[in-house]
Amino acid sequence: MLQYTIRRISVLPLLLLVITFSTFCLTRWGPGDPISVIAGQVRDPEVLAQIREAEGLNDPIYVQYIRWLGDASRGDFGESYIRRGFTTWEVISPRLWVTGQLGLAALLIIFPIGIFAGGLGARFRGSWLDPTITLSLLFAAALPGILVVAVLQWLFAVQLSLLPVGGWGGWIDIYWIAGIVAVPIPDPHIYIPLIAYTLGGFVGVARLVRATVLEVNRTDYVRTARAKGLSEGVVQRRHVLRNSLLPLVTVVAFSLAGIIEGSIIAETLLGIPGIGSFLFQAIGSRDYNAIQALTVIYSATFIIMNLVADLAYSLVDPRIQVGDT
Amino acid sequence: MNRRDSEIDSGLPININKKSMSLTAAVWARFCQKRLGVLSLIIVISLFVIGILAPVLSPYDYRQTDLTSALLSPGSEGHLLGTDRLGRDLLTRTIYSIRTTVIITAITVLTGGLLLGPVLGLLAGFFGRWTDVLISRIGEILSSLPALLMMILINATLDERLRDQIRKFEDWSGIDGLISTGAYSYFLVFGTLSLFFWVGSMRIVRAQVLSIRELDYITAAEALGATPARILSRHIFPNVAFLIILGVSSALAGIAGSELVLTWVGVGVQPPMPSFGSLLFEGSGARTVRAYPHLLLVPGTIVTLLLFCFVLLGDAINDAYRGD
Repeated sequence: MLQYTIRRISVLPLLLLVITFSTFCLTRWGPGDPISVIAGQVRDPEVLAQIREAEGLNDPIYVQYIRWLGDASRGDFGESYIRRGFTTWEVISPRLWVTGQLGLAALLIIFPIGIFAGGLGARFRGSWLDPTITLSLLFAAALPGILVVAVLQWLFAVQLSLLPVGGWGGWIDIYWIAGIVAVPIPDPHIYIPLIAYTLGGFVGVARLVRATVLEVNRTDYVRTARAKGLSEGVVQRRHVLRNSLLPLVTVVAFSLAGIIEGSIIAETLLGIPGIGSFLFQAIGSRDYNAIQALTVIYSATFIIMNLVADLAYSLVDPRIQVGDT
Repeated sequence: MNRRDSEIDSGLPININKKSMSLTAAVWARFCQKRLGVLSLIIVISLFVIGILAPVLSPYDYRQTDLTSALLSPGSEGHLLGTDRLGRDLLTRTIYSIRTTVIITAITVLTGGLLLGPVLGLLAGFFGRWTDVLISRIGEILSSLPALLMMILINATLDERLRDQIRKFEDWSGIDGLISTGAYSYFLVFGTLSLFFWVGSMRIVRAQVLSIRELDYITAAEALGATPARILSRHIFPNVAFLIILGVSSALAGIAGSELVLTWVGVGVQPPMPSFGSLLFEGSGARTVRAYPHLLLVPGTIVTLLLFCFVLLGDAINDAYRGD
């Protein structure tokens, strides 16, 4: 187990190397470059060539990559091409926090509701309720995010004027009643993106919970608990539910990865200043440094989440031996 | 463990006189008992037929613009589902979008799910050692990547290069229309999609091959001097063939959904070729939805139906295979 963990972690830098090098080549091989995008109206080829030379964009690609790698390993992702005068990290970090807030909030919604739906499904197995829950959650997951956001915007922002069309106002607003009592209320900007992020996530959690609850209900210790006269409520809460929630640890990582990926669309549609919408601007304006930094962030998150999920499997259920397949 | 072994172990009475059934037939029989699965299969097949017959079924040309009849609402004369901003018939554009989805999913499934994945899975599982290490590691790298981000990057970068190459090809071969209809972008889309979608079926096949190759009949075949090629094709492949369908059916929704997003972003299927991604893009602004809801709702409903049926189909096949 320890050996496996060490092996997996030691592969991580290698993976990142492969990924960053491929994106490095891809972006530089593509049409245009950041200098011509920034230059805009200035079309003096000599000036542009000078800037390119000064930025080191004319060097062979491996020289550029090694230089980037050296800087990046010291945490320096270079100056942002989109916003001159700021480092890439200064531009990205506040956006990272916005995406992180949304992702965490989505997780906090997906799990309780998913667990409840799954438990309900297991409890009413055989009745019409069980397949109805699964089907409606599957349907929610099949809805394209683009459609969901567009319809919600139209309904709540345009028709009913209840919520803002887009933008971002933080996580929670605090209202002061008579200047003494603080009441935290979710910011109105957060509802539409949260619905869009969570719709696809419920079904995975609910199904896993349903399956494990059914499985745990058949175990000997649950039968023993019933036999010694515990009430059904205590059996379900203390014995069944507790043991059914353990496997969920593995899904947290996957859900988070899915949410981060889904944020690319929802953030762009809703004009939320997170890293997903920034990725768009970065690709559009060929901001090499930003694309590289975002690739590192996204891939590292993904790889670590995968690793956590794998390790969590064997921690939660020691019968599963990782690493021997 | 093999399914038939588990039936024996479970101690259920087995009717010896029952005609023996292949695994595929057994799974198919179980699948047929699932009403929802069968219904979604029927819907998927009908949508595929509509997609294939698009040029015959659609009342107009998908490129034909008519500004005098732009933005008609559904039910207008001559335009059953209305028209878009350029006066193009929405019914026609929706039917052609179905065709786009059909082409993209079918070819991605063919290259990634049916060829690349299973072949690599067979090789990795059968030969083991460095072949297995190489293939499994590549799969591991690809599946640990944020696929959507990488696909957007790859498509954004390669689009122009590909367009140049196709233009040269058009000049050389005398075929035209690939660029002007946007059809060339299909190559890019299913190229990147297959790059990421073979891993799933590779893993499924590899795992099964690993367990099969330890069975006695493989050892017997090896002892009789059968070549690896013969063992793979005659003894192993028939036993993993069904798994390929399992892998493919669970990937359908993912493939169609990714194409939707890529095109919506602007790096997928290029205009004027219609795709659900571009239709949703054109119809999704808050003002557009208020004034002309049909631009969003018509393609939105069809694509949701398609994706939902893909999911249900994959689910039903999976259940049928696992024997629930």
